[in-house]
Amino acid sequence: MSATETPPDAPGTPPGQISIKPQSALVARLTAPATQKLILPVVFLGLMALVPLVLDQSSPLLRDATLAAAYVVMALGLNIIVGFAGLLDLGYVAFFAIGAYTIGWLGSGFFAEANGGEGIHIAVTGFAASLPGIHVNFLLVLVAALIFTTIAGMIIGLPTLRLRGDYIAIVTLAFGEIIGDIAENGDRLSIGDYKLTNGKQGITPVDKIDLPLVEPFKLGAIDGRPWFWVALALVALVLFVNFRLRDSRLGRAWIALREDEVAASSMGIPLVKTKLLAYGTGAAFGGMSGAFLGSYLNTVNADQFQFSFSIFILSMVILGGLGSIWGVVVGAIALSFMNFRLIPELRDAPSLVGLDFELTDLSFGIFGFLLVIMMIMRPEGLLPERRRQIELTENLEGGDDVPVQAVKA
Amino acid sequence: MEAASVPVAPAVPFGEKARAFISTYGLIAILAALPVYYGVSDLVNDGNLTRLGNNLVAGLSNGAIWALIAIGYTLVYGIVELINFAHGEVFMIGSFVSASFFGTVGLTAATGVLGLVLGLALTLIVAMLGSGLLNVMIERVAYRPLRDAPKLAALITAVGMSFILQNVGLLWRGGSQEGITDLVQAQKELFSFGGVTVSNGDLLSVGVTIPLVLLMTAFITKSRLGKAMRATAQDPEAARLMGINVDTTISLTFLIGGMLAGAAGLIYALYQTTIWYFQGFTAGLIAFTAAVMGGIGNLRGAVLGGLIIGFIQQISDNRIGTEWTPALVFSFLVLIMVFKPSGLLGEQTREAG
Repeated sequence: MSATETPPDAPGTPPGQISIKPQSALVARLTAPATQKLILPVVFLGLMALVPLVLDQSSPLLRDATLAAAYVVMALGLNIIVGFAGLLDLGYVAFFAIGAYTIGWLGSGFFAEANGGEGIHIAVTGFAASLPGIHVNFLLVLVAALIFTTIAGMIIGLPTLRLRGDYIAIVTLAFGEIIGDIAENGDRLSIGDYKLTNGKQGITPVDKIDLPLVEPFKLGAIDGRPWFWVALALVALVLFVNFRLRDSRLGRAWIALREDEVAASSMGIPLVKTKLLAYGTGAAFGGMSGAFLGSYLNTVNADQFQFSFSIFILSMVILGGLGSIWGVVVGAIALSFMNFRLIPELRDAPSLVGLDFELTDLSFGIFGFLLVIMMIMRPEGLLPERRRQIELTENLEGGDDVPVQAVKA
Repeated sequence: MEAASVPVAPAVPFGEKARAFISTYGLIAILAALPVYYGVSDLVNDGNLTRLGNNLVAGLSNGAIWALIAIGYTLVYGIVELINFAHGEVFMIGSFVSASFFGTVGLTAATGVLGLVLGLALTLIVAMLGSGLLNVMIERVAYRPLRDAPKLAALITAVGMSFILQNVGLLWRGGSQEGITDLVQAQKELFSFGGVTVSNGDLLSVGVTIPLVLLMTAFITKSRLGKAMRATAQDPEAARLMGINVDTTISLTFLIGGMLAGAAGLIYALYQTTIWYFQGFTAGLIAFTAAVMGGIGNLRGAVLGGLIIGFIQQISDNRIGTEWTPALVFSFLVLIMVFKPSGLLGEQTREAG
């Protein structure tokens, strides 16, 4: 084979000059593996985008769907850290908090004295432009949240570099708790004349999303649809990044790291860089979703940043399947609907059988139960990723002689 | 001649030296920072160390509770290399069992001394058995099926168990902090020495902890079953080949760890006189910090770590503010993990290496 000849099976890039049959070029492009991979995400997102059209503008279902979409973003972010790179992060709530406070600080009247009480306004229109405090356009806030959380993710990742296994889980958990404590008691901390956070009182109201070319959004009750579409756009972004990263050099490095750190490093994978990129990337999505939720829920409140939130998101990843992108999407949608719709609807069920409590009291016990049951009965999740399934079950079933071909990711 | 006999010091680069110095003394320096700072400030402001002394006494009593819980972490980690995340909840259930049992045996603030001692001894046994058996059950249900699976799996079930037990606590005694009868008049002054007050609660805490720790140490070092535990911790496969029933030994380890947590639960309930379903989460993390500080897998280390953490916590509660104590303890946890994951007395482990 000469150097100039294109390999006949180069996927997705049909050679222009050496076309075998001219009329099949388009067909070839459409049936190329790269295109086929796109079909499912595009159809999924397209269908999802139509959902608000069949629902009432102020339907509570639309609100649940918007929250679910925001949680899909977080779960896919956590999936990068736990699912791809195998670093168990029990403090993911830290990134939610940092993202939410980014919009709390940069998109509310919290710093009311800023600029002598006149406020600082960057690319904002409408009502917010006339308010005191710092008001920055939502897209810029999103970028800021991304930067802040990426840095925070790497800082939190640093101390875990020398550690393995469960120690990583505990250190990340400790960081999550520290951030939560700072959020809660931040009203007693001040920088100059300003409080750091507003503790359990919460920073409220938060600026509504303000996109170029469209009117600033209004609060959910009036028209919830634009919020859903923005959340869906974030889902599209995170899905794209997840798929592209999984199949990239970096993604393969993460999987190698997850399977055997020593072997990976002796094959020349830079451990520090690879791990920090996993933390940074995963954190960035937690931050973006956090900024969105801050605006959507109209409050940035220390009560939101509890350890149980980290476990809520982790349950989504576990339920769907560690490392399995579609699995995590399904897990996140299922659990957020369970949390916001199913459990509240069945709230009185225990009293029907004569028990004296409400089902909502049990929600975190239910998630705990789910974690235990999943890990014992089906550790690979509902929609497993094949490679991960083999990893998780090989010791249990003596599957050392799994043929190499089966391990194709 | 002379020059030849003098050993030439190997040229150690400064960076290496500094690193060695930090890894030897860094942790001690970090731990000493708060007591020394406030000790000096006491001397400057009050001219004596009474306030720090009071912190020390209260700190040691708290620390005794953390030490009892930390032993459970360390024992279990030593034998199955798993952080028993639900251990804090086992402690919480110990408190709840105690509080419920007070009513059963009819202990009230008016009970006489003899009745109180007997009743509390009975409660101690019940709480220890309850927590111990619960811990054994957790191992059977949640950890044993996953013993050969990746460690991530067992840790996740541990977190799950912890949530389930929290919910059990929530349903059992409600969601808010609950005051319970101050049976031993925990804050009442027992005696005072140079301005440093020792209260009933301090005596109870130390008086229950020391015999328990001694008993447990004797059991592990002297008895046949203790020997089996140590052998299993060293090498489960070899222990099995030597005829040790590894499953039973692991259950026994969980039983002992749970029993100590149950005792800690009773002391906590009597000492703090408030209990709630969430107490296990924070206590668990504090005790885990203590276990890591002492060197995980090391019993003496767990006790030492517990006492140090108790002291630091008391200083923080008293001087910085109760609301910052958890953040401070977690910062210590991170610092230890970064600079000396092997802890004060521990050896390098595979995890921390």
